[in-house]
Amino acid sequence: MSVYTPEQKVKLARYPGRPGTADYIQNLFTDFFEQRGDRQCRDDSSILGGVARFHGRPVTVIGHRKGRTMEEKLRFNFGMPGPEGYRKAQRLMRQAEKFGRPIITFIDTPGAYPGRDAEERGQGEAIAQCLALMSSLTVPVVAVVIGEGGSGGALALGVANRVLMLENAVYSVLSPEGFASILWKDASRSGEACSVMKLTAQDLRSSGVVQAVLKEPEGGAHTDPQAVYRTVDAALRRELAALGRVNKRSLARQRYQLFRSMGQDLHPARGAAV
Amino acid sequence: MNLFFTRRGKKENTEPLKAAWEDQITSQSPKTCPACGQASPADQWHKRGQVCPKCGYHAPIGAYYRLSFLLDPGSFQELDRDLLPADPLDFPGYPQKLSDLEQSTGMMEAAVSALGSIEGHRAVFAVLDSSFLMGSMGTAVGEKITRAAETAQRQRLPLIIFAASGGARMQEGILSLMQMAKTAAAIQRFQSARGLYISCLTHPTTGGVTASFASLGDVMLSEPGALIGFAGPRVIEQTIHEKLPAGFQRAEYLLEHGFLDQVVPREQWRSVLGQILSLHEKGGR
Ligand SMILES: [Zn+2]
Repeated sequence: MSVYTPEQKVKLARYPGRPGTADYIQNLFTDFFEQRGDRQCRDDSSILGGVARFHGRPVTVIGHRKGRTMEEKLRFNFGMPGPEGYRKAQRLMRQAEKFGRPIITFIDTPGAYPGRDAEERGQGEAIAQCLALMSSLTVPVVAVVIGEGGSGGALALGVANRVLMLENAVYSVLSPEGFASILWKDASRSGEACSVMKLTAQDLRSSGVVQAVLKEPEGGAHTDPQAVYRTVDAALRRELAALGRVNKRSLARQRYQLFRSMGQDLHPARGAAV
Repeated sequence: MNLFFTRRGKKENTEPLKAAWEDQITSQSPKTCPACGQASPADQWHKRGQVCPKCGYHAPIGAYYRLSFLLDPGSFQELDRDLLPADPLDFPGYPQKLSDLEQSTGMMEAAVSALGSIEGHRAVFAVLDSSFLMGSMGTAVGEKITRAAETAQRQRLPLIIFAASGGARMQEGILSLMQMAKTAAAIQRFQSARGLYISCLTHPTTGGVTASFASLGDVMLSEPGALIGFAGPRVIEQTIHEKLPAGFQRAEYLLEHGFLDQVVPREQWRSVLGQILSLHEKGGR
């Protein structure tokens, strides 16, 4: 494993040349059919999703999309979805549930968009509904944190049976800049924030938030994308094969338990219930 | 100092809790309203549950105080009082901050959960308190909310949560974020079992609390003037580089945009919740 500091990993995770959701879809899946729109007011292109084949089998794939060129970044709002994006994701997940398709999500966002329109149309409600819906699905759900997992906007696609994370990806309650400015009233202390937040894949593996860490090539995912695709492909195959042996009710129950248990060991249940 | 000594599992009268809370704030008498700038005697504020007698501004209130006027006298039975905060990041200064807050507020965490009744209708209650680290949700608050939903499901009672929160608790890192998924999942599970969940939003309800259990009510209510949103107004203004209009993200604005059933003035909570509980009464659900 590499020896990058948490702060260096934040930089790697955000590096524009790093493979994004669109790259994984193109390289790991065949027959991708994009589905757009929330059926209420618009299509939010910062979330990319649809149906595709994964090793021949139809799956639903959904991920945050940041874009690489400035033109793309503007079009995809720098990977910051509004409520329409999360409602599109819900629509696709409901279809996956209906047709019994596994769901694969790719997480890569600085966070949900903090804008006026987003608030007006219920950003909080849209994320909350994603969390509630994902927790109740009876199909296999695997999430992969491929870059930046920022806050509730990332978690909204992250309530999975298995959460995998690339070695140099990060996942946190808020961006290090936001964290530093809230706790220390000083966004410039973000480097220090990186080191106390425990936001690396290794940290999150030990706190039980992610279940597996996927190795990246020396120098980071962008130095050898093909190697990363092979790693992620193998991991997804393995996870889907294992989850394919679990019945529907147990899938929902296992996912519920995974998130129910987060932080639970810090607060052991009392002996005497009321 | 612990103002609110309770014996677990015993029903008790909430009057002492109310009196203790009022003792703490009477030193500010007469109280000047931050909304209209007019001063009124503290007892006038008390009489209206900390609502400005001149303009109707709803001042933030503590969790125990709210429960003291919400519940039928003698029906309050606190749950999980011994569920204490944890420090998963070993965050510098956090344990000290928690113990200082316990001293100054008499609270051990930002949430209180309880069994109780309104107009004779039993329910499980959880109330967040913005005086404790902005009512932020860390692992203990998330666990309390989750257990409240589980208790409601087990006992086939309705669940009523009063939110007041700045969002996820930064000091506990990623596990705070995960409480969003945990509480949303617990609410979803409770509702799938046909449980009634009434979400009551008070000033302020933002961030990860808005984006989880607080937005999932079968019935969504709010206090007048409450700020409700995902991103805070300052972050939005910095992002879009423009000033937000007056009333943006306030309860009345959310009502107009379809995210609330009703805005409920503080003095009407008992009668409104009593009515909803009564309308859903059928085998106690
Ligand atoms: Zn006033």
